[in-house]
Amino acid sequence: MTMYRLKRLSLFILVGIVSSVSLTAGGAHAATLPVAATDVARDWDSIYWFLMWVSAFFFVGIVVAMAIFAIKYRKGVNKRPKYLHGHTGIEVLWTIIPTIIVLWMFWWGWLVYKDMVHAPQDAMEIHVIGKQWQWQFVYNNGKSTVGDLYVPANKPVKLIMSSEDVLHSFFVPNFRVKQDVVPGMYTHVWFEAKIPGIHQIYCTEYCGGLHSGMLARMIVLTPEQWHNFQLGKEIDLKTLAPDPTFPGYETLNNVMMLDRQSKIAAAEAPKNTGGQLSLADKGKALMAAKGCIACHTTDGSKLVGPSYKGIYGADVKLADGRTVKADDNYIRESIENPTAKVVEGFPPSMPPYKGLMSEEEILSMIEFIKSLK
Amino acid sequence: MGQTAEKHGDNYINHSAGIKSWLLTLDHKRIGLMYFCTTMVFFLVGGIFALMMRMELFSPGMQYMTQDTFNKFFTYHGAIMVFMVIIPLIPAALGNLVLPMQLGAKDVAFPRWNLVSYYIYLGGALLAASTLFIKQVDTGWTFYTPYSIRSSTSATYVLLGAFTMGFSSILTGLNFIVTIHKLRAPGLTWDRLPLFLWALYATSVIQVLATPVLAITLLLLTLERTLGIGIFDPKLGGDPVLFQHFFWFYSHPAVYIMILPAMGVISEIIPAFSRKPIFGYKAIAAATFGIALVSFVVWGHHLFVSGQSELANFVFSLLTMFVAIPTGVKVFSWLGTLYKGSLRFDVPLLYAFGFLFVFTIGGLTGVFLAVVSVDVHLTDTYFVIAHFHYVMVGGTILAFLAGLHYWFPKFTGKMYHDGLAKVACWFVMIGFNVTFFPQFIVGALGMPRRYADYLPQFTEYNRLSTIGSWILGAGLFMVFINIARSLKSGKPAGDNPWGALTLEWQTPSPPPMENFKHDPVVTDGPYEYRGENVHWGMNA
Repeated sequence: MTMYRLKRLSLFILVGIVSSVSLTAGGAHAATLPVAATDVARDWDSIYWFLMWVSAFFFVGIVVAMAIFAIKYRKGVNKRPKYLHGHTGIEVLWTIIPTIIVLWMFWWGWLVYKDMVHAPQDAMEIHVIGKQWQWQFVYNNGKSTVGDLYVPANKPVKLIMSSEDVLHSFFVPNFRVKQDVVPGMYTHVWFEAKIPGIHQIYCTEYCGGLHSGMLARMIVLTPEQWHNFQLGKEIDLKTLAPDPTFPGYETLNNVMMLDRQSKIAAAEAPKNTGGQLSLADKGKALMAAKGCIACHTTDGSKLVGPSYKGIYGADVKLADGRTVKADDNYIRESIENPTAKVVEGFPPSMPPYKGLMSEEEILSMIEFIKSLK
Repeated sequence: MGQTAEKHGDNYINHSAGIKSWLLTLDHKRIGLMYFCTTMVFFLVGGIFALMMRMELFSPGMQYMTQDTFNKFFTYHGAIMVFMVIIPLIPAALGNLVLPMQLGAKDVAFPRWNLVSYYIYLGGALLAASTLFIKQVDTGWTFYTPYSIRSSTSATYVLLGAFTMGFSSILTGLNFIVTIHKLRAPGLTWDRLPLFLWALYATSVIQVLATPVLAITLLLLTLERTLGIGIFDPKLGGDPVLFQHFFWFYSHPAVYIMILPAMGVISEIIPAFSRKPIFGYKAIAAATFGIALVSFVVWGHHLFVSGQSELANFVFSLLTMFVAIPTGVKVFSWLGTLYKGSLRFDVPLLYAFGFLFVFTIGGLTGVFLAVVSVDVHLTDTYFVIAHFHYVMVGGTILAFLAGLHYWFPKFTGKMYHDGLAKVACWFVMIGFNVTFFPQFIVGALGMPRRYADYLPQFTEYNRLSTIGSWILGAGLFMVFINIARSLKSGKPAGDNPWGALTLEWQTPSPPPMENFKHDPVVTDGPYEYRGENVHWGMNA
């Protein structure tokens, strides 16, 4: 081998090692994650880092082996290749060890996932409606906001989400939660925000045209601010604590929205909560207007259809012998397509209401039924 | 100097002249070249869409196009690269060229069906591509419902195009399976079958079994779009998540249609350039089928945040872990083959090293996405984009380029320009990593995929990525310049410039019409580099 070839080969190996080390270091830095603003997010970060370091170990190991082989066994140095077909022991080893590692990763991931999706019983519920291309938030007191979701800090919050049109996905990087928002069914996320301030919300399921503009802000309020918000007072966003651990946080507050001035949707929510109906009360009024209560009582007695009282969360026995849990999706289906699951002992006589009511109307009715414990 | 094309005179390229002799050919090598040229044209088109998207993403805000245009660009980039480039690239182009020759056969089992298969592919591809000129399509290559039902663009024709191309995939798969079973040369027992053919076999099984499900799905979606039959749209009583199950039931196995043949190419090149038998032949063959088998039961990992049940998430996360194990076995076995070899760093091995480097990153980040809770944060962000480009581009395209340089002398009789090829390889490697590595970071920070516009804090990462795309583009451009130039003025390559042992090298370059002058007889395994034959072939 000429000196020239040797130099070129060393250069090649050098570039290989430098780039793999820098990629690994970059990967570790890459792992620069958004701030972890919930306990679940912190658990998530732990497993992410575990995966990162195991990966870095294998990656560096493989690249270093390649580099050493490229130097020691290049044609000019090793003229007599070893005639070798394999080695059972080492092959078994590199099958079994990775198996154990990935099974452990799976199990840990599953444990974090369970915490991620199971909301505490006492979680405060807020409704989310996705539509092309904005997010609407409906609170149980009847208030509704567009583009800004107001939640209290240090309290578990459960979002009950649906879509008016196509698929969307609700993503809060600082909370490490994401869930598709699907038309015709309810999906959930929950979180307990530990850091007051503004957290970015994205739509992460492609929904056409302005998908990349379907942003919103998660505004986490201190107890005092939350109190004011419930009284219908404007919240001065400037007083909100910015999030100092987010890379480039100084720009966070003023670039959160691309070009939309977010305001509490005045049209939907009266300023004064004094005369405002709660969401359940809106549902009650609506059900009276639509004539639902002609067949369904609210006190547990039996008319043409089952009573609303105590039905939410209960197990319902169906005419076909199955038993289902009366959750949001069940009640929604029973409004939109009542003959899909007929309750045992009742005639399938209710007309379908599919397409006749808005998302907000349906969820107010569900909220009313929920309130009848 | 060994025998050259000039001396042999008659070969498959100069056997008959005229455009008709190509368009109506039944010769697997000519059909392979036609697939190669067609996929390269689409590769260029898909690549231009990618470069234009990266241009727009150089800065936040909209610079050169509207959001709607951007949405169409990523749809075409994805649909063209998946259905028209990567799926047919190695199986149909390299597979057609190499498979019958490695078997010692004169052609595939059904040469007429092979040609039909090409025209079905071409027809489907042209049908889908014709929408570029009328209303286009903006649904994303995944066609998720109900958006794809309501989109007013030409989605129907793209769906029908993909539906049509599926038949080509099924026919080619069937043809290869029968060919491998029935046309092996005497002595070519199953345990002597080259690993590239094991890979093509497994790929063909997936093509035959999974593609019909895609066909049904696309047809149902077409019926829903045109006749309003409610299957996937909740407005019509359908279930949008059902579509995702159907779609990924094909499209996840399809990921292995794209990567298994690439792994097969690497398994050919590494022993030939290490002058050593492959390490763990049986383990690699078994891992190939292990991956193919598991590929059918992991589709649900695309749906972790779709609203499918917790139990489904548990099962799919667990099953997906079993993809990692055979994949790891392969990577370790390739390292084992390099160990104590006599490595010759020709261009094919350079690309194979590049493959090992980036595919390892692609594989390891796949484990991140298989862990259900970790996936929740990372899915639908740029992390996923980076992951599958490390597998599809870093894996499949690099392996394809390795194979291209490896077999180029065989099928043209000419040698590529070595210096230019090495420079191009470095451009591709550096450009690729600069393009896609920052996307892991920006994805972990939360930047969603399919965004025409993004928040300013992501600007640096996107700029780096765009600059990388120029380097990568330049590298690929050099590869094709090299090919074009070498076709014309490349030095004669000789019959077996690498001294490789598989059958395609035991015949003149370019091969004669029916591949071999005398029917070959196999007496040994495909990678038995030992003693007398470790030194470079007759032309070294």
